[in-house]
Amino acid sequence: MLRVIVRRLLQLVVTLIALSALIFIWLRNLPGGPVDALLGERATPETRALLTKALGYDQPILVQYGKFMQRILTGDFGNSIRTGDPVTEVIGRAFPATVELALAAMIIAVGLGVPLGYLAARWRGRFLDNLTIAGTLLGISIPIFFLGYLLKDVFTQNIHWFPPSGRVSTGIDNTNVTGFFVLDGLLTREFDAAADALWHLLLPAITLATIPLAVIVRITRASVLDVLNEDYVRTAEAKGLRHRTIRGRHILRNALLPVVTAIGLQTGALLSGAVLTEKVYNWGGLGTLITDSISGSRDYPVLQALILLAALVFVVVNLLVDLSYAFIDPRVRVR
Amino acid sequence: MSERSIGLLGERKKARLEELARASADKGGVSLVRDAARRLRRNPVAIVGAIIVGLFVLVAAFAPLIAPHDPVQRFDELTRNLTVDNIPGASSEFPLGSDPLGRDFLSRLIYGSRQTLFVGVLATLIGLAFGVVFGALAGAFGGWIDVILMRLTDVMLALPSLLLAITLVAMASKSSQWTVIFAVAIVNVPIFARLLRGSMLAQRESDHVLAARALGVKERNIVLRHMLPNSLTAVIVQATLTFAVAILDAAALSFLGLGDPDINRAEWGLMLGVDGQRYFEVRPELAYYPALAIIVVALGFTLLGEAMREAIDPKNRR
Amino acid sequence: MQARRLRTAVAIAAVTALAVGAAGCAESERDGDSGEAKTGGTFIFAGAGDPKNFDPIFNDDGESFRPIRQMFDTLVTHKPGTAELTGGLAESWEHDPTGKVWTFKLRQGVKFHDGTPFNAAAVCYNFDRWYNMKGAAAQANMIYYMDVFGGFAKNEAEGAGESIYDKCEAKDDNTAVLSLKKYKGAFPGAFALTSLSIASPEALKKYDADTVTQSGDSFAYSAFANEHPVGTGPFTFGGWDKAKGEITLNRNPDYWGDKAKVDKLIIKIIKDENTRKQELRAGTVQGIDFPAPADRKALADEGFQVIDRPAFNILYLGINQKNPKLKDLRVRQAIAYALNRQQLVQTKGPGGAKVADEFMPDTVLGYAPDVQKYEYNPEKAKQLLKEAGAENLTLNFYYPPDVTRPYMPNPQEIFTVLANDLQAVGIKVNGVPRPWNGGFKDDVQTFGKHDLHILGWTGDYNDPGNFVGTFFGRGKAEFGDQAMTEMFDAIGKADATVDEAGKKAAWEQVNRDIASKWLPAVPVWHAPPAIVVTKDVEGLVASPLTDERFNTVSVKQ
Repeated sequence: MLRVIVRRLLQLVVTLIALSALIFIWLRNLPGGPVDALLGERATPETRALLTKALGYDQPILVQYGKFMQRILTGDFGNSIRTGDPVTEVIGRAFPATVELALAAMIIAVGLGVPLGYLAARWRGRFLDNLTIAGTLLGISIPIFFLGYLLKDVFTQNIHWFPPSGRVSTGIDNTNVTGFFVLDGLLTREFDAAADALWHLLLPAITLATIPLAVIVRITRASVLDVLNEDYVRTAEAKGLRHRTIRGRHILRNALLPVVTAIGLQTGALLSGAVLTEKVYNWGGLGTLITDSISGSRDYPVLQALILLAALVFVVVNLLVDLSYAFIDPRVRVR
Repeated sequence: MSERSIGLLGERKKARLEELARASADKGGVSLVRDAARRLRRNPVAIVGAIIVGLFVLVAAFAPLIAPHDPVQRFDELTRNLTVDNIPGASSEFPLGSDPLGRDFLSRLIYGSRQTLFVGVLATLIGLAFGVVFGALAGAFGGWIDVILMRLTDVMLALPSLLLAITLVAMASKSSQWTVIFAVAIVNVPIFARLLRGSMLAQRESDHVLAARALGVKERNIVLRHMLPNSLTAVIVQATLTFAVAILDAAALSFLGLGDPDINRAEWGLMLGVDGQRYFEVRPELAYYPALAIIVVALGFTLLGEAMREAIDPKNRR
Repeated sequence: MQARRLRTAVAIAAVTALAVGAAGCAESERDGDSGEAKTGGTFIFAGAGDPKNFDPIFNDDGESFRPIRQMFDTLVTHKPGTAELTGGLAESWEHDPTGKVWTFKLRQGVKFHDGTPFNAAAVCYNFDRWYNMKGAAAQANMIYYMDVFGGFAKNEAEGAGESIYDKCEAKDDNTAVLSLKKYKGAFPGAFALTSLSIASPEALKKYDADTVTQSGDSFAYSAFANEHPVGTGPFTFGGWDKAKGEITLNRNPDYWGDKAKVDKLIIKIIKDENTRKQELRAGTVQGIDFPAPADRKALADEGFQVIDRPAFNILYLGINQKNPKLKDLRVRQAIAYALNRQQLVQTKGPGGAKVADEFMPDTVLGYAPDVQKYEYNPEKAKQLLKEAGAENLTLNFYYPPDVTRPYMPNPQEIFTVLANDLQAVGIKVNGVPRPWNGGFKDDVQTFGKHDLHILGWTGDYNDPGNFVGTFFGRGKAEFGDQAMTEMFDAIGKADATVDEAGKKAAWEQVNRDIASKWLPAVPVWHAPPAIVVTKDVEGLVASPLTDERFNTVSVKQ
């Protein structure tokens, strides 16, 4: 087992180095870029030359990459082009925002999806079932940004139930401990701040929840149906056990396993959706960060770090999943 | 289970793909297709899906006959009263009124089906083409080719698709309709590759392939004549589902400002993501109609795809 | 001295009264509430992007200048609501007949936020700081300084010229004398540039302001620039919460001029145009800048004050004469005649936009009322093309699809309309979209890969050199690198003319010749950028230079 882990970690390092070189060289061969982003209409050839030199873009690409790697090894991922803040700080600020949003969305999706899926399965082929299925299919066919846009228009512009954007009200004096604003409010006992953050969180979370909701409903329904056909459930029914007991002891417990797996695997889709949701609600998370660092400011240091971070996270999670499978199911041998 | 490759983040996606792949390889292709077709005809979901898809394709094919006007022409009647905050509404000649540039909105919506079909089909086909090559190579030869290619697809499957597409668009040196199509297409490569490979592997040991091999048919011919055609059903099912995702992703890219930059082109995602957003205050229909079109078509392809998947699922053949 | 101060005060009062009056009109439907603005409270204004930092000299964009303007003063400033100059930290100024020696009489009794006195030594400290700035990283960020002074004591980059700065002397405590090596038309307007604001020498030293470090492909700025910007302005720095995207500024109770009416000014950063509007509607911000042209009417109908700034910008269609066909004046004129700019203004221009005939607004000195105009005339365009033997012209038209600028709220649509017009006279247009920071500026301004492009400019100060001089004063890839020496010389001469009447005449002639003889580009429109505040906001004076200060603003509680 240990040998496997070491080997996989080595693979990881090699992959990341290759990926970083690829991204680094590719980004620097694109037209425009940071020099353009830093200069408005006011660029003269002189300022452009000065800036190119100051940023070291006049040096050979391999020299630039060498310096970049050198800095990375000292833990310095560079600074944001726009504000000059260290990239680690910029990402560190955005990360809790996205996690907070994704978690809230997942809670809503599970809280709503599992009961719905169960009910749909119980009344298979009946009205509720059909409605649920139609709803989930519709859910995955609506562009999420459009849904967000509609919800926002209705609930923040026509009736002012929710704030249109942001994570907290402007000017509210909340203490930042973890970067998770709802949690911070609770930790510091600033309950009004927590409530305010929660109020801001709800609408984006509902919007984002539509993506995992559809999948969770369908998987719950399918696995409940599978379990319903299993012999032990039929036996239990034949034995005349009370329905509530059957539901609790047999059906849900067994049916939820695939659902739990599915929840884990929805992370990717959730992040995709978060990019769009964050843009709609001006939510200062990773999604906003990645679109901003591409389309507006061409913030290559941030972009570079984000791509590497994504790769790192996925490879590491991948490894953990593999290992956990090996622990759970002895039949699976880790290669 | 022994075949189970462990690199498992797109696990659910992969599991579904493998199931689908096995399903198509279960029997010789012909009887399977006949079976499935029979089940499909009886399934109302499939029929609704097929009708939507059929109508969509018809509208796209005959757009020039259906549309009352040229979709890129600016009409004096419309521009006369056009300002940034006033977009002329319906009239007898222009049933849905003007778009933000004084063009006929209805005609643009109708022609939009063409561009949308174009983007969706090409994104699917390009994804398919690369996926087929990858998958067939991996499935047919196995060994280290298989390992490398599958590792690659694992990584791609693991990345959130839209993030991958955004990054690809960002890394393109030029922005055009093609960057969008490629970005959306590449996301599909690993899906098709997995599917093909799974199906090929399942068939390798199947009776008719074994028989062909025993008869001394060349390996290349076995792959081309026997294994590939039999994998096609699964591929078509997946392609149908992919199409829906492709047009949604293209719309999302437009919304993020990373889509097709040429607003002369009438494409639903572009109309929704650009004009629909910008002029929502002035004429919300500019968002509603393309959005509705996208939702209906995406729904149609999803319904049809899901029904087809169910139809070839061996579980339903009991 | 007193007289000037009084005049300034009267001017400010008059304009404020006007603005309040206008606000009053918008409110007339409300019932008899006295509408007397109370002082205190918080004014929340939506910004559109992150500032770079708060050290004036290292910035060159509107989002950074918005907070900086509230904290710093310049020697010379603009009368609120106009582009006319008036005294700032200097009560008066004069130059000798050569235009090389500028004497500033400084305001007395002014203190920086850190309590240190403002005086001639402080002024000279700032000028010397800029001129002696060391390091490529620092110099590269001083874009306005470079533009005005042309170089440093020791230039880090090749190609940068000799600085026109000579020296600055504190004659006495409140007289600063600035010597230049060469006169430039930019003065005194350039002294009003936000980038050339005067900062506290003590704070600059204490917080190590000159240190700009380069790390990889980015810069890190000093503690002065990030956490301790110290000027003399009506607001002091409170903080920048980056997680929330809020910049907080506090009222400076010791301000020398009109003290701020609100206690606190918060600039909330909201990057999405639509969201800014929605926040305004929800009442969570009280002001937004540059509303989408399509939203203006709806907002005005709902009772928000949509205030148009006088247009101080220009959008033009650039023509690259590297293409031999476009070197022919007749072809360029044909392009000008082919464009239906009147229709473009009507259909796509923000409210109040008007067709441009010259490359500067008519409020700028040297605007000639009688230049050759190119009315929409497709027949004439076709005929000119025929005469020039350019009937089968195919042109690459570059445009940036992904930005909005105050002068160009929607490049995609502007391009589509203009391209349509050109196609109508038989010019084949090949549209080339390039992202603003992803190749457009590079391709157009550095490499000149295009034939046609759209671009524009918002003026920095009231001087023709800042418009026409910037565009056509020297060879640029944008318009073809050819030595259009006749034009360059004429502009150079106009810019070097010191006396006002001669200057005016020279620039008028330049504008006439540009329209009839040179036509290096086609002016398209002047578009007034708007600023919107809720009806509870009073006293906001919109500036054509988009450099509003919020000390006159009060919010009804």
